[in-house]
Amino acid sequence: MSVFEGFRFRHVSSPIHRLDPRVKFIYVLVIFGVAIVFLEVLPLILLFLIQIPFVLVASVQREWIRSLKGASFLAILIFVVNFAFAYFGGTYPSYMSPWEYPLAMSLRFLVLVESFSIFFLTTSPDHLSLALEQSHVPYEFCFAFTTAVRFVPVLAEEAQTIMDAQKARGLELERGNFIKRVRNYIPILIPLIVNAIRRSLELAEAMESRAWGATEKRTNLYVLKMKSADYTLIAVSIGMLIFGTYVRLYIPIPSLTMLLT
Amino acid sequence: MIEVKGAHFTYPTGVEALKGVSLAIREGEFVAIMGSNGAGKTTLVKHFNGLLKPAKGEVFVDEVNTRSVSIASLARKVGFVFQNPDHQLFCETAEEEIAYALKNFGFEEEAVKTRVTWALNLLGLTQYRQTSPFMLSGGERKRLALASVLAWDPKVVVLDEPTIGQDYEQKEKLRQFIVQLNTQGKTVIVVTHDVEFVADCGPRVVLMAEGKIVADGDAKEILTNKELAFKASIVPPQITQIFLGLADFGLPTDVINVHEAGKILFDFLKEEVKP
Amino acid sequence: MPIIEVKNLTYTYPGGTQPAIKNVLLTIEKGDFVIFTGPSGCGKTTLCRCFNGLIPHFYAGKLEGELTFARLDVTEHPIYEMACHVGLVFQNPENQLFALSVEKDVAFGLENLGLPRDEMRKRVDWALQMTGIEELRERAPHELSGGQQQRVAIACVLAMQPEVMVLDEPTSFLDPLGAEKIFEVISELNKRLGITVILIEHRLDLASKYANHVVIMDHGTIVLDGKPQEVFDSESARLIGVGIPKATRLWQMLRQNGIRLDRAPVNSEEAIQLLRGVLKRD
Repeated sequence: MSVFEGFRFRHVSSPIHRLDPRVKFIYVLVIFGVAIVFLEVLPLILLFLIQIPFVLVASVQREWIRSLKGASFLAILIFVVNFAFAYFGGTYPSYMSPWEYPLAMSLRFLVLVESFSIFFLTTSPDHLSLALEQSHVPYEFCFAFTTAVRFVPVLAEEAQTIMDAQKARGLELERGNFIKRVRNYIPILIPLIVNAIRRSLELAEAMESRAWGATEKRTNLYVLKMKSADYTLIAVSIGMLIFGTYVRLYIPIPSLTMLLT
Repeated sequence: MIEVKGAHFTYPTGVEALKGVSLAIREGEFVAIMGSNGAGKTTLVKHFNGLLKPAKGEVFVDEVNTRSVSIASLARKVGFVFQNPDHQLFCETAEEEIAYALKNFGFEEEAVKTRVTWALNLLGLTQYRQTSPFMLSGGERKRLALASVLAWDPKVVVLDEPTIGQDYEQKEKLRQFIVQLNTQGKTVIVVTHDVEFVADCGPRVVLMAEGKIVADGDAKEILTNKELAFKASIVPPQITQIFLGLADFGLPTDVINVHEAGKILFDFLKEEVKP
Repeated sequence: MPIIEVKNLTYTYPGGTQPAIKNVLLTIEKGDFVIFTGPSGCGKTTLCRCFNGLIPHFYAGKLEGELTFARLDVTEHPIYEMACHVGLVFQNPENQLFALSVEKDVAFGLENLGLPRDEMRKRVDWALQMTGIEELRERAPHELSGGQQQRVAIACVLAMQPEVMVLDEPTSFLDPLGAEKIFEVISELNKRLGITVILIEHRLDLASKYANHVVIMDHGTIVLDGKPQEVFDSESARLIGVGIPKATRLWQMLRQNGIRLDRAPVNSEEAIQLLRGVLKRD
């Protein structure tokens, strides 16, 4: 599960962690937009490098690297597939060599993973849920989101307990051919699902008992307030978007091939 | 039957659950492993059927090192009844539920049928043979889980917190049942923090605290020892508390059983009345 | 002054062939600390779900009879209204906590009610203080022990400032020390804040000393209702199979042999006191 570690929130206090999630999300969207707009390798490398200071300021290097490691397999796959199409099918821009276009595609993918990783590593699920609420997403969805995150470790533990319980009755997960191995998981899935359903019933009782649905105008203990750092990031993001659009439209970018030859 | 030598175990989360535990349980013994939540009791017993292997130290079951054999083969000898039956039940009928483990252990069809009938009968569940386990009440599900373990006739039966959520009658019946199991020759190990339950059974008590064994001996000695109770964060049985509070009258302080207590008090008061 | 009055209450779960509770007649006074006990399936959980309206609003089924809280008919008020008067704490601590921090969980009910932020802050601080868990404020529920989680659950309910708190076997998953802590917290709330407590419990040896009123149910009806000493001493309690405190049991045995104490003890301190009296006399 190590690739998931690259996206799980860590409790650190850094300026990036303190930024408003909505602003961070806008930033991620801008990166996404700018990355899509360019086909050339150079700007994509630039986009990739721009984000590294954020990673360092947020002190999440180790986890961020893990997310990249996990994404590298897919990145290589993207490269290979695109290269195959380029080389054999000739579907690439004329001013590049056949390997530059696939390289750009992979880079684009990595830039996306990188920015999403930063987002999730520096935003607590609580903050995220709060951002959703304040963005007028219906409370039921925000609640479902937070509760899901809240119970992930609980369910993981329960799955382990169930596995232990069935192993103690002679279940051997590693035995047998492929079909048998899949069927071996039934004694684990059924209790897990049944217990999850029982659990939701208990949760519903508890929710009702604490006045769920009392009023449409639900208030919140916390509130997200935009600070100067947030406004700065918005300005930076908009700046990037404008700059990127301008460059794309008016400034020809040399391809790596052209630079090297 | 079961030997633990200097076992150390740390969970992946970093919690050091066992800090050098050594223990020997002979065949046919009745042992209660006690201590507060988090003392390491469940971690310890999970080593008995190989679910956990010690990071340092060795565990031997029937003279076989748990590291050298599969969990399934250990489970054949050491039956484990988990705290929550809902972590095990998944079949369509009670019959299939009991048969599941038997089939895993390679019993013949005829033997499976006989044993299922026997196990259902033993726990008073015969009428539920074709019932779905999910339709049964909490207490019945617990009995079904117990039946499915006894069906394969393990030499050792481990029960993890069997009294949780049970009412008085259910506890009484369970207590009598466990004692009977032991009388019939099974090694019975009960993990529990229910002092009153243990006081009524009177087994050998292994008291744990913070990953170590702090006491190992007779229930009477251990449950009436104030320092030990404090160290292991357990509450002595009510009868013991009463007698400890009357110690200055010369009454014995190692009483845990209510019947015994009644008799002692009665005799004592008769003595006093005699001129 | 009665705070809850039940008259001829009968309830059948949807699809049930027999009523879970039959003709229940009961009065609970303001400030009472009531223990409900009885064998599994006797109806105590069902009855408690009626107090805050989960029955009939959440569970459907057929409810007959009358249940009034401070003279309000419970069946005519939705659960979210009753929630401000009757709080319910459940058996499994894990399944009552939804948020990612204790503070947010305690505020959950208040947020649902749409209270202004400062009011919520005040109540959250107060509830955390009353239950002795201020230092757990920022922690995530999954990191807490069962006993701590249960205290959080109590704080969550307390923040809504109910007049009555119902607890359904809150110590099932806790060890005896953890259970005692919970009883102490509840007792504090009962004594200091005057909150009426209704506690469903099997562990009478630990809980009895706090109660002034005990109700024993069996097969859907109330069989015994009165002071702890009277109820535990009665023959019916023994026949039903209720686990009366060992101290009371000891007293019964002594009485059988002709030794009388002034009254029936329900916990060890009382027993010690009474026995000292007898032993000194001789």
